[in-house]
Amino acid sequence: MKLHRIWAVILHYLYTQKRSIPRTMDIFYWPTLNILLWGFLSMFLQKTQQGSTSSIIAIILGALMLWMLFNRAQQDISIHFLEDVWNRNLLNLFVSPLTATEYIFSFIILSVFKVVIVGGVMTGLSLLLYHFNIFSIGIALVPFILNLLFFGWTIGLLIMTLIMRWGTDAQILAFSFAFLLQPFSAVFYPVAVLPKTLQLISYAFPSTYVFEGMRSVIATGEFSQGLMIQAFGANILYVGLAVIVFQHVFKKVLDQGLLTKLE
Amino acid sequence: MNSIEVTHLTKQFKNVVAVNDISFQIKQGEIVGFLGPNGAGKTTTMHMLLGIITPTSGDIHILGKDFAKHRGEILSQMNFSSAYIQFMSQLTIWENLFVFAKLYHVQNPKKKIAELLDMMEISDMKNKLFSKLSSGQKTRVVLAKTLLNDPRILLLDEPTASLDPDIADKVRTILRHIHKERGMTILYTSHNMAEIEELCERVIFLHKGTIIHQGTPQELMKIIPHYAIEIVLENHSNAMETFKKSFNEKNIKELSPGHFVITTEHTQLTSALHVIMASGLTIKDIDIHKPDLEDVFIKFSREEKQS
Repeated sequence: MKLHRIWAVILHYLYTQKRSIPRTMDIFYWPTLNILLWGFLSMFLQKTQQGSTSSIIAIILGALMLWMLFNRAQQDISIHFLEDVWNRNLLNLFVSPLTATEYIFSFIILSVFKVVIVGGVMTGLSLLLYHFNIFSIGIALVPFILNLLFFGWTIGLLIMTLIMRWGTDAQILAFSFAFLLQPFSAVFYPVAVLPKTLQLISYAFPSTYVFEGMRSVIATGEFSQGLMIQAFGANILYVGLAVIVFQHVFKKVLDQGLLTKLE
Repeated sequence: MNSIEVTHLTKQFKNVVAVNDISFQIKQGEIVGFLGPNGAGKTTTMHMLLGIITPTSGDIHILGKDFAKHRGEILSQMNFSSAYIQFMSQLTIWENLFVFAKLYHVQNPKKKIAELLDMMEISDMKNKLFSKLSSGQKTRVVLAKTLLNDPRILLLDEPTASLDPDIADKVRTILRHIHKERGMTILYTSHNMAEIEELCERVIFLHKGTIIHQGTPQELMKIIPHYAIEIVLENHSNAMETFKKSFNEKNIKELSPGHFVITTEHTQLTSALHVIMASGLTIKDIDIHKPDLEDVFIKFSREEKQS
């Protein structure tokens, strides 16, 4: 991997970002809107159920913030790729010495930048409006965020792979796939409320363990190492699978000349 | 030394053989035209030379190295331009070029970009968004990008398609200039035969994925030995009868009353002209058409279609 090539890819998105109102809104608008909506809903719920439910704001806002980070990570891979497809810039990149690994790695670095900004915006707003500090979760926040980022990047890579193989007909997945996972990831409620069969599906995703773990820390102050080990284990499995699928499909894409037809 | 060596290259997409066992070499500093009708396999071959399509079989050696094993090293010394690729629309010319300068690890990129913008005569619009440029301006930006890394090999896929004649001529002038200055190897595809004739030292003619002819444009043009003499007569009564006495009837075509085309072998041109001048007919206009690459292109395409 060559750093100058990774930096070049990052640079071209930074230039695009600085001039694009929709892209800037994407970083500030949705996190702000979600924090306002879910924050006030949490306050309302807390007022109506005073007593044992003092952590409603923490549970809902904490879950929302972590979910937004996962969603950001997934979209940063798949949508940046789509931008090159929409701009018919992909060939320019792939006839250069840039490798697919460098290309994907630059998306991951960009994603980290954006996650920090989005996280900062949401943390500031929730502190200001609801006196909720996500960092009150403590050091457990690190494995929670890491797991969600890895899972987000993995899903993003899989969506990118599908778009490479089946063209822009699959692009809707870049915007909608995370929402498909949301009900099964038990973001705002415990897995126990799901029917038995759905619980099995739910435990297939690393995100489920993170949200269960987060609720446990907020409610009891206890960090479940077991849940995190399962989350990391599932992530390792998914990352491995995504890399194998990507390599296989990318080989097929080059074999069938699909890279030249993407637009 | 050969810059490009292609040996028994084949590309098959499911049941379609796009490129069928072709072999060719391109010497360092040579400009070679890739000709052929749509679907001949020109672009597929180029894309295999760039690594964006994997060959089904065969070998590609570029700058003496096996492309499959030295992709990155080879691509850093090549560049590609096509009328059908674009840049990021929301970036300025300068930003787009700066990104690619970084990608190709160009030393002193700002100076290099300034030089290329000057060469392409687009320095004054360096801060303009790519989306706001005309087709001609976009082509010049794409060409500037292809020269950023001082490539030893340039692959140009219809670089002047969709340009008006004036801008296309400017692009050809730039290409001749950079070729003369840097001696790079150029592989060029175009549907504009005059352009190929003007720029290329050698032409490879592809049809249905196979090389059917290769040689200099002059050699290829000799394949068609006929010249056409186009005559417009003042008084055309009995003209056909007069011509029939000296020429084979199948070589005479009357396009409209008094407007004839007589085909003759190039070795017979002088005597044919003598015959026409001595015929006693009053000639209003006369023109001699030498065969050009377009004629060769049409001949090959038709022959292959018939076969």
